[in-house]
Amino acid sequence: MELFELGIKAAQEGLNKGEFAAKDLVQSIIERYRAKNGEIGAYLTFDEEQALALAEANPKAVPIAIKDLINVQGQPCTCASKILKGYVSPYDATVVKNLKANGFIPCGRVNMDEFAMGSSTENSALGVTRNPYDLSRVPGGSSGGSAAAVGADMCIAALGTDTGGSIRQPASFCNCVGVKPSYGRVSRYGVTAFASSLDQVGPMSKSVEDAAILLKAIAGYDQMDGTTPREPVPDYVRAIEGASLKGVKIGLPKEYFGVDGLDGEVKRVTERAIKLAADAGAELVEVSLPHTQYAMAVYYIIAPAEASANLARFDGVRYGHRSEAATDVYSLYTKSRAEGFGPEVKRRIIMGTYVLSSGYYDAYYARAQKVRTLIKRDFDAVFAKVDALMAPCAPTPAFRIGELQDPLTMYLNDLFTIPSALAGVCAASIPAGFTEPDHLPVGVQFVCNAFDEARLFRVCKAFEDIAKQGE
Amino acid sequence: MKIDVGYVAELARLELTAEEKALFQGQLESIVGYVEKISEVDVTGVEPMMHGRPLANAFREDEVRSSLDKEQALANAPKRVGDEFLLPKIVEGAES
Repeated sequence: MELFELGIKAAQEGLNKGEFAAKDLVQSIIERYRAKNGEIGAYLTFDEEQALALAEANPKAVPIAIKDLINVQGQPCTCASKILKGYVSPYDATVVKNLKANGFIPCGRVNMDEFAMGSSTENSALGVTRNPYDLSRVPGGSSGGSAAAVGADMCIAALGTDTGGSIRQPASFCNCVGVKPSYGRVSRYGVTAFASSLDQVGPMSKSVEDAAILLKAIAGYDQMDGTTPREPVPDYVRAIEGASLKGVKIGLPKEYFGVDGLDGEVKRVTERAIKLAADAGAELVEVSLPHTQYAMAVYYIIAPAEASANLARFDGVRYGHRSEAATDVYSLYTKSRAEGFGPEVKRRIIMGTYVLSSGYYDAYYARAQKVRTLIKRDFDAVFAKVDALMAPCAPTPAFRIGELQDPLTMYLNDLFTIPSALAGVCAASIPAGFTEPDHLPVGVQFVCNAFDEARLFRVCKAFEDIAKQGE
Repeated sequence: MKIDVGYVAELARLELTAEEKALFQGQLESIVGYVEKISEVDVTGVEPMMHGRPLANAFREDEVRSSLDKEQALANAPKRVGDEFLLPKIVEGAES
């Protein structure tokens, strides 16, 4: 077995036993990167010298690939956008500080949809990422580089971010574990903002246990992010010991299963997963989240609205691209932004500005926030009755590069991941099987109540164990 | 639903080409048409959810802490003069 194939747990064991050092892990990843990145394109940049120097200084640390919107001091942070070409981070995001304090080092920067807007990584302005299971297909998005790097064993594990499904959908497409923590569980300080009321950083890994280790390392209170509560972070690794589905009450939200766009093979794999859970002793009950049908609409008002405000900081003044053609301050703004942003980012800025503009604010933004309350209440009501929800993660397996041209069709990919993002609860995608005959990975989604990650990990670990036995 | 894309782009300080305007016109009208769906929900008496979790004011001690020094803050500046960001002239008659 090559070192790059290891997950976090196995890497930590090898490091602790002295079988190898961090620099051996990094060297192995560098070799894998050189062999594979040409075809997969998971990484945008990889500073080999810096990674090796960090490993020399931290001989027991595990390297983690970083989505290119998380600031690491001295590294680029492009958000896969031309507007941040040449930018070098002057500071570490809190998640990076936490990683370094807990036995990890940042190692390489992975591709994404520009500013995390997209579901295929095709909106990256800086490079194409391909699905390691079929190079003609997308890795999903927006954390597509993270998912492809994990799926192709080009890293030990990676950090991604999820706003409406950007960790879970690519995890499903690339056969890895992806966890979106509850809103507030992980600090957003130093993570380039897309939609501030939704964004969360989370682990993408080769196993549930690895995800538990990585989330424990990055989560917790941060005085630089007022949305992180002071409650201590439970020991997720201990929480999964002896995990079992026996007697666990799992809700099957009926609104997620009767959907038109649900692919037949995804449905088959999901139904098989449900049967496995039932055979393992889970108590399955049908539940209803009646406002699910409005979640997409609410999201495509709230997320662009927040994005249009957040991206106002890119004005060509203090950092980022500045247009050479600007003659005054107004054209400095309009031309720098026109030259720097790609089409999807422009589309969302305009959509967001429109729904916030005078005369439309109440009908769209204010109303969407009220419907969001109703969506949240749906989750409150079902979690009074069940421990977890189980549902498809993405409506289809990985689609072909260039296949989805219409923005609205692309948006529908997040149908099953958006409601839980709006409600602020925690959710994960766990590998559940493959389609036939194309052999494309399919993830199943588990959702638990806000700040109930310990339970989420237990359920996911128990499912992972039985799904592996079934192979 | 007719959206004045040119006007909205102006509000967003974004210069669009004629082709972009035409493309976004159709796409935005179809997206706005889709999100109109929320108009059918009865939201009478429902409080808006402003954030990802219920929040009260978050306070911390008011202590002096170190932050980026001047050089670090200016390191990514597209244009600078000494310790300042350089911008085109803003006020008529002033030195730029």
